[in-house]
Amino acid sequence: MAVFILRRLMQAVLVVLAMASLVFFGVYLVGDPVWMFVSPDMNQADIAAVTASLGLDRPIWEQFGRFLWSAAQGDLGRSFVFGEPALGLILSRMPATLELATAALVMAILIGIPLGLYAGLNPDRLGSRSIMAGSIVGFSLPNFWVGIMLIMVFAVMLGWLPSTGRGETATWFGITSSLFTLDGLSHMVLPAFNLALTKLALVIRLTRAGTMEAIHQDYIKFARAKGLSHRRIVFVHLLKNIMIPIVTVIGLEFGTLVAFAVVTETVFAWPGMGKLLIEAIQRLDRPVIVAYLVLIVLLFVVINLIVDICYSLLDPRVRLGEASR
Amino acid sequence: MSSADLPGTERLPAEPVAEAAVPIAPQAETPFGRFFETYVESPLAVGAFILLVLIIGAAVFAPWIAPQNPYDLAQVSVLDSRLPPGAVSMDGYTFWLGTDGAGRDLFSAILYGLRISLSVGVLSGLFALVLGMVVGLIAAYFGGRTETLLMRIVDLQLSLPAVLIALILLAILGKGLDKIVIALVVAQWAYYARTVRSSALVERRKEYVEAAVCLGLGRGRIIFRHILPNCLAPLIVVGTVQTASAIALEATLSFLGVGLPPTEPSLGLLISNGFNYMLSGRYWIAFFPGIALLLTIVAINLVGDRLRDVLNPRLAR
Repeated sequence: MAVFILRRLMQAVLVVLAMASLVFFGVYLVGDPVWMFVSPDMNQADIAAVTASLGLDRPIWEQFGRFLWSAAQGDLGRSFVFGEPALGLILSRMPATLELATAALVMAILIGIPLGLYAGLNPDRLGSRSIMAGSIVGFSLPNFWVGIMLIMVFAVMLGWLPSTGRGETATWFGITSSLFTLDGLSHMVLPAFNLALTKLALVIRLTRAGTMEAIHQDYIKFARAKGLSHRRIVFVHLLKNIMIPIVTVIGLEFGTLVAFAVVTETVFAWPGMGKLLIEAIQRLDRPVIVAYLVLIVLLFVVINLIVDICYSLLDPRVRLGEASR
Repeated sequence: MSSADLPGTERLPAEPVAEAAVPIAPQAETPFGRFFETYVESPLAVGAFILLVLIIGAAVFAPWIAPQNPYDLAQVSVLDSRLPPGAVSMDGYTFWLGTDGAGRDLFSAILYGLRISLSVGVLSGLFALVLGMVVGLIAAYFGGRTETLLMRIVDLQLSLPAVLIALILLAILGKGLDKIVIALVVAQWAYYARTVRSSALVERRKEYVEAAVCLGLGRGRIIFRHILPNCLAPLIVVGTVQTASAIALEATLSFLGVGLPPTEPSLGLLISNGFNYMLSGRYWIAFFPGIALLLTIVAINLVGDRLRDVLNPRLAR
């Protein structure tokens, strides 16, 4: 187990390093960010001074070396636009994104599992068929457009819910979140639902497939023969057994949700790190782009690792490190 | 091969082995005919196919079908801007889907947008298919260290969402039609590579490949003439699904402002444009391009779904 984790961690470091250098050199080749700091009335000396203050006058190898050195110490450079440390900037926006992704995940589970159960238990009913057809459409829908339409209907036409921003936040146990205020929650509903839609079809399909497979197993027949109520069979015996694959896949998908939040955050002007990334790209704020990438790759690596470990704990048949490929 | 055009009687003495392996229906049947017959069994899939043909036709012939050229300033009047669907223009023309902020007929703009969206999707789908196919075939044929290295790269790529990869690439490359195609190809080739590799691995161990090796045929010839045609079916299925997702991805990236420049108004850019007018209640500018996008993606996905069922040998009767 320890060897496995160690090997995965080394792999992860390599991945992060490779991605960071790719982006560093790629972004370096694109454009000269100095020009964003230069105003028309500056002379050559001023420009040179700005370049030097940003460290951009050094050869690229030296810049890269310094980038790696400070990255190892947790410093990913200062944002050109905000003048703050890039990592701190992203971390300050991270809670908003994580809370949105968590809310979306919870929503996808709360809506998806009952629908999937229904469709799996009554595969031939009209309701189940419409659920499955709906999940195909949900899978095809361009997410940002659905977001726009949600704003259109619920914010503009009906005026029920606010469409932009995070609303009021409150701090509980050291966590500042919109989840703790009524205003924050009302701001959360639309973006979280929009983000949840990307995973809803997946949860429905997984639950349905698991249900249809499990319903014919002996332990269900036995539970029936024992005279247990239908409700108890479905919600205790069946649900417990189909949860393992669902939990795994959903866990893996959490990273995708965080990545996809870029789109939702832009539509709903949610002040998370995805929106920060888009702004950074548009302003060529190199340190922020690189820092975001390093962070998100780390996040993915950690999620994959956790899921792998959990999987081996939940299912002893999976032997870590021996997956022959 | 040569006896295929003379079916029935010809076959009996020719190759009894093939006869035993593949039960052939009594009437004359071409593989395509059989494929077609199975495909049309699902009315939904037929409808989707017709819809797809209509959409592609509308995109290809947009300059001849569209009531106006939305990017010809002589034909567009700012006085007609932001008209609701069904409004009549100054010179008596009806805007069935309304007009956008610059007075362009939305229906025409959608047709022109479809052209760009579809070409981006098809181009990037095609390039990604070729790249992924070559990588997958090489990995499966040569095996060993080559395979491990290539598949590690594929695994690494598949562990990151496509939207993120494309986004980062576009941050580096900047805007432009060529650049978004590059970004989409890089974001999607791994899916093809994985698909081709898994089916090529199966094919590689079959006897006809062994026979080809014994005949002393070149590697290139064996890979591309013998193995590849037998891996095409899953590749086509993945191709349709990935093309649909490329179209959706392009729209998303353009909406985020990192995809196409305003000179290439794809459906995503039309929607992004409409987003600015939406808070004032002018829903149609964002709504109708989205519907066009949705219909395109759903049609491609339904056709792909049906192809998967038809081409899957395990489901064949």
